[in-house]
Amino acid sequence: MIRRLLTVLVALMLVATLFPGEVRGQESAKLTFWSWRTEDKGAYDRMIKVFEQRNPGIKIEFVPFRQTEYNTILSSALTGGKGPDIIHLRAYGGLDTFAAPGYLAPLDYDKVPELKRFPLQTMVGARSRKDGKIYGVPFATQTLVIFYNKKIFAQAGVSVPKTWDGFLNAMKTLKDKGLTPLANGGKEGWTLEIMSGVVAPNFYGGTTFYEAVTRGQTNFRDPTYTNALAKMLELRPYMPQGFMGVDYPTMQQLFVNEQAAMFIGGAFEIGFFRQQNKNLDFGLFAAPPEKADQVPWVSSYADGNYGINAKTPYMDAAVKFIRWTATTEFGQMFTDLLAQMSAVPGVQIKDPLLQQVQAMNRKATPYIMLVGFRWQAPTGSTLLQSALQGMMSGQMTPAQVGDEVTRGLSSWVDSFRR
Amino acid sequence: MQASRRLWLVIFLAPATALFATFITYPIFSALAYSLYAWEGIGRRGFAGLANFVRLFQTFPYPRLLGNAFLHNVIVFVLTMLIQNIVALGLALLLARGPWGTRVYRVIFFLPVTLSLIIVGFMWALFLNPVFGIVNKALAAAGADWLVRPWLGDPSTALVTLTLINAWRWLGFPTLVFLAGINAVPDEYLEAARIDGAPEWDVMRRIIFPLLAPSVTIIVTLTFIGSFNWFELPYVVQGLSGPPNRATDVLGLMFYRSAFGEVDTGLQDIGIGSSIAVMMFIVMATVSTLGALYLRRREVELG
Repeated sequence: MIRRLLTVLVALMLVATLFPGEVRGQESAKLTFWSWRTEDKGAYDRMIKVFEQRNPGIKIEFVPFRQTEYNTILSSALTGGKGPDIIHLRAYGGLDTFAAPGYLAPLDYDKVPELKRFPLQTMVGARSRKDGKIYGVPFATQTLVIFYNKKIFAQAGVSVPKTWDGFLNAMKTLKDKGLTPLANGGKEGWTLEIMSGVVAPNFYGGTTFYEAVTRGQTNFRDPTYTNALAKMLELRPYMPQGFMGVDYPTMQQLFVNEQAAMFIGGAFEIGFFRQQNKNLDFGLFAAPPEKADQVPWVSSYADGNYGINAKTPYMDAAVKFIRWTATTEFGQMFTDLLAQMSAVPGVQIKDPLLQQVQAMNRKATPYIMLVGFRWQAPTGSTLLQSALQGMMSGQMTPAQVGDEVTRGLSSWVDSFRR
Repeated sequence: MQASRRLWLVIFLAPATALFATFITYPIFSALAYSLYAWEGIGRRGFAGLANFVRLFQTFPYPRLLGNAFLHNVIVFVLTMLIQNIVALGLALLLARGPWGTRVYRVIFFLPVTLSLIIVGFMWALFLNPVFGIVNKALAAAGADWLVRPWLGDPSTALVTLTLINAWRWLGFPTLVFLAGINAVPDEYLEAARIDGAPEWDVMRRIIFPLLAPSVTIIVTLTFIGSFNWFELPYVVQGLSGPPNRATDVLGLMFYRSAFGEVDTGLQDIGIGSSIAVMMFIVMATVSTLGALYLRRREVELG
């Protein structure tokens, strides 16, 4: 008899746990938030907890997927009429893939008034090119830089270079001492695109060329651009032996384990470098320009956005959360917990490296292919990444790279067909 | 009697047919349908006729990528036939003679087949890493410095290296199939030939090989389908873009990249992706049917 009573009790408890929402009734909403940032789960859980305490009745579950599978999972879910309520989205064309077909809820300054404070350049990454509407709250801006190991620099008697020639000389000194100057490899094309984003803008003239090429006054066959790409070839002797087989994790390990003196990459690496090696003493600088009196250009871009599924049953709760991610309070936590530059204006940056990145951003130029040419397939990035592998492995000349990118883009960039 | 027999047939075949229809037939037809529509991001728009195919065959860079990927599939097929299957046949012939330790060798040859492909891919990527990998270190230690290179990053070696990794993993499978085929050859035939004084080579050429034809049909067909469906290993070892500079690009990767997009690099173009899938299906269905018909004809029935 007692056993039967116990069984009934356990069964009732099980049923109760299955329907926790029923108890609290209408006002409770359980939202899911999909993301590709598996490594940031801890930080997001902490930030979400703050929101949940402030907004009783709204529960948010952060569900990260593997980065390489995220797009596939998200698009299958959305096309099947399902998917999360809150969506971690990329920016520019990566956002438009989902926004243009109508899978995202349009936001505007009335719905999310906090967005009025955001700089217009950041908002470009959150707009659809189809209807010009806003579909997300930008979360971070990224800047491309050169990291250096302070200890190795000091031991080799090398200081942070002020000019391109000084940069090459510094690397020669390091190499002569038997060190690997650069950690960068070429097995993964996107790391080469990043390298071009660091090296090339100083030589093609940054935003002036960006404006000209996006307005259709020139294209990537322009020697201004291809000569700038050619500068990357000067780095080849200072990359690891067999660098064409060096993938991204190997690059990171080389720098983190102090086996390479420098790493060309994005400011998004800061958190990872620190987490991997607490004793790593590293700094960063912008790619040195030709002459010492020039202020260097840095490539920067809006990293991504938080968006809302157009079909969410909890639109009000989702908007509430999205609005909160546009507040300085959220931005501050984001910057402090993840060591990344929040896109929210007014965030106090305490981290000295990020302060430096912020200062460098006073002369920022759009990361050219992502901001300007990743809106339709084939994207400028797809074309450039493979062609750069051809260039760095000696199969192609910079002029051929420029030609291939221009030809590929001409299928959807009208001005390139002339 | 006849009716109940038919009912049983239906009952037993229904689950398999249903699964096949849901997971094989339906996707093939939906890919065919998708390839005939215009796409905006992931949203389906109006009927577009053959526009996607026209784009695939006429708009740069697609025709070049398609030709390049197709050529790589062909190379993988030829190399796999030459290296993996011929070595497997040799091993099977040796094992069939039952040398000392046959069972141990059989297990050793088959062991890599049982390993997960993901593990095989990661393991070889590590071995071949130019900075940390043991392959280059071993070559340098053996004094073969001229051979030290980024095997997977050098456009001239990447595809061959990948094919060899694949052959290493699969070798045991054709070996076992051939071994089973050889063991199925009736001993009387072999004994009769040997008593008549036929040299070993003639025994192999005139008795074993003709009777092995069914195994050859199976292995050639499977190798063909495997080579043209090749996706997992290049994906695990090299990633989606077929690096360096499309040197390891194959149809499977090109399809996946176009249909589902590359993270942080390329956007989805389901129209192009589906048309690649349709082309792959047509090529594979035609060639494997014709190939199987041809190979079947040379098979000898054991009467």
